[in-house]
Amino acid sequence: MDLPISPAEVIDAHRAAAEVGFADRTLLKDALCVTLAKTADEARRFDLCFETFFARDRRAANPAAAGEGPLPDDPLAQQLLADDGAALSAAMEGAAGRVGVSAIRLNTQRNLLTRRMLDAMGLRELEALINSLRAAGGGRDAALAERLVERRTALFAEAARFVERQARLYAGETGRRLREQILRRQSLTAIPPEEFRAMEALVKRMAKRLATRYARRRHRARKGKLDVRRTIRRSMVTGGVPFEVVWKSLRVEKPRIVVICDVSRSVAAAAQFLLLFLYSLNEVVQKLEAFAFSDRLVSVDDLLKDETVDDAITLILARIGFRATDYGRALEDFRHATADSLTRRTTVIILGDGRSNWSDPRLDLMREVAERCRAVIWLNPEPETYWGQGDSRMDAYRRFCRVAKTCNTLDALEAIIEDVLRSHLPR
Amino acid sequence: MTATPAAPTPLASIESIIEGLAGVGYIASRRIATALFMASHLQKPVLVEGVAGVGKTELALCTASLLNLPLIRMQCYEGLDESKALYEWKYGKQLLYTQILKDHMGAELTGAPSMEAAMDRLHGMGDLFFSEPFMEARPLLQALRTQRGAVLLIDEIDKSDEAFEAFLLELLSAFQVSIPEIGVIKATTAPVVFLTSNNVRDLGDALKRRCLHLHIPLPDQALEERIVAARAPETEQRLRVQLVTFVQALRTLDLRKLPSISETVDWARALTLLHVHALDAELVRETLNVLLKFEQDILAAEPRIGEFLARA
Repeated sequence: MDLPISPAEVIDAHRAAAEVGFADRTLLKDALCVTLAKTADEARRFDLCFETFFARDRRAANPAAAGEGPLPDDPLAQQLLADDGAALSAAMEGAAGRVGVSAIRLNTQRNLLTRRMLDAMGLRELEALINSLRAAGGGRDAALAERLVERRTALFAEAARFVERQARLYAGETGRRLREQILRRQSLTAIPPEEFRAMEALVKRMAKRLATRYARRRHRARKGKLDVRRTIRRSMVTGGVPFEVVWKSLRVEKPRIVVICDVSRSVAAAAQFLLLFLYSLNEVVQKLEAFAFSDRLVSVDDLLKDETVDDAITLILARIGFRATDYGRALEDFRHATADSLTRRTTVIILGDGRSNWSDPRLDLMREVAERCRAVIWLNPEPETYWGQGDSRMDAYRRFCRVAKTCNTLDALEAIIEDVLRSHLPR
Repeated sequence: MTATPAAPTPLASIESIIEGLAGVGYIASRRIATALFMASHLQKPVLVEGVAGVGKTELALCTASLLNLPLIRMQCYEGLDESKALYEWKYGKQLLYTQILKDHMGAELTGAPSMEAAMDRLHGMGDLFFSEPFMEARPLLQALRTQRGAVLLIDEIDKSDEAFEAFLLELLSAFQVSIPEIGVIKATTAPVVFLTSNNVRDLGDALKRRCLHLHIPLPDQALEERIVAARAPETEQRLRVQLVTFVQALRTLDLRKLPSISETVDWARALTLLHVHALDAELVRETLNVLLKFEQDILAAEPRIGEFLARA
């Protein structure tokens, strides 16, 4: 179920269980929940896990069902005939432990494990017994065989349900995690549409993670220092005794990030995610200016601020997306838009492929931007070997960048942005 | 309650907790009671989460009055540090005393045969000024030093900085704090500790691990009716059912801030003050601002009032 639980918490859980005992199911559940689950979401998953783990097909023993006459000399057959639910459950769990059902990781292992578990319970012996009863051919034996077959079917169903529960407990999360891992390494241009939702969740989580870490750095910068000069001057009032202590407050330099995102045809496939990332970043970084461009460049600050994520992306793409790129024009627009807001405290992040459709790349403007701001960071979805091939002018632009990197998977994006936040922004 | 509860009896079982809390006006669900039970038996702090106005702070207040213990409350905010949370030296008093005792100290030192001897005497005096009389105990230290124990409420821990959160760890796991000048101060009686969080930021794993976790959800109809009955007893029963049903319906909307329990209670009180016996659309429209705190929420809810009232 993917709850992170440390050994110390296991000890707590044991103490909790010892405290409340096992008699009251709800009480035990609540007690374990408060010790083990740490968020509302975890509490929900804990409830599910508890119910699944402790779920049993409950059946009381029914000795009358055993029927008359001597019972066959097979433990499984005896339990089945007696319809002894408790004994059967115990036998099933024992067998599950022996064949290792809890090691189930994939849903496809279910049938195999069910079969193995039944074998460990003595299914082969039971089948042999049924066959020999049938072969004997007597009326009572045949009836007994029929009853055993009937109970065996019920046992199959019960075993299947048992393994199903185990699969939900142990396999559900691994499957999801595996898929996420693949998604994170998948090239941004090759994400199948049906995975968009999962991807979105991943991007949001990532932005949040980065934001927490980044915020922590900003807080650390704030510390007071004794202002000796002013303390001494104030102490004149009290005859040189420094009753009032004055602290220097450190002015925190607020870094500004300007992000320019290419949404033109050549990066169409990746544009969605770049924008998604931009959106998430906007939610977590306080001072962010965002622009999107293809042939012209427009500010998308207000869209990111006012619209929901889906609307914002659709609107941006509708307004400016999927046209032919013109980096020269876009840079010109950019200079206009940020005529006097680009300072030494600004970091410019460009997300784009640097393919300018053979138009003038306006390297002079790029140089100007690079000189006026603190650093330019360029993240390109294309691999480095493509840079400068065809209409790509990345090789020319990269000279002006503090960092120029290939970034075509979520993992790469996270690593790079983290690096950017850590080392290329003022603290 | 007259006897000092050395081992507080109201916490003996889940049922007695629910009953006791109800006695002081707090209607607790089983899970809340279990958390409190575990907290007192395992001696662990409880981290209470839930949307604003769901009764997190109230739980601490009511626990304090149930146990008849003093409640020590510490409101967290950005920039809170240990000098405001734990202790501070009374700088002014220290200075004042040194000034007053200046001559006396001089006389004491003049008799010293050598520089070293004078120094030694001075050291002895220096420690005087960093002793308990010069220490200003802040909430955390007060909670540790209360003889009978206390209920310590650390409110909105998510508003404080990470550094402060780390500083709390020693207190929360061992109920002790280290003060460099004095040493380790241990709690005489372990306080019952509540931490509340509105999820402004994610808390650290280390902190979460040391706490029991309690999430208080928005209540269902029956529970909310009982809460309103306990909190606003003057409201008529018929009106109570009606208004709770309305609020429950309101919560199904996609609003920026759903009305929580405190809003329901406020509304019930407001309606009683207005001598209302039954809800009607006009009245609801006029008093909707008690329940909803954002203009766009009110606009979103207004067209549905009639429909929700029909359900109530």
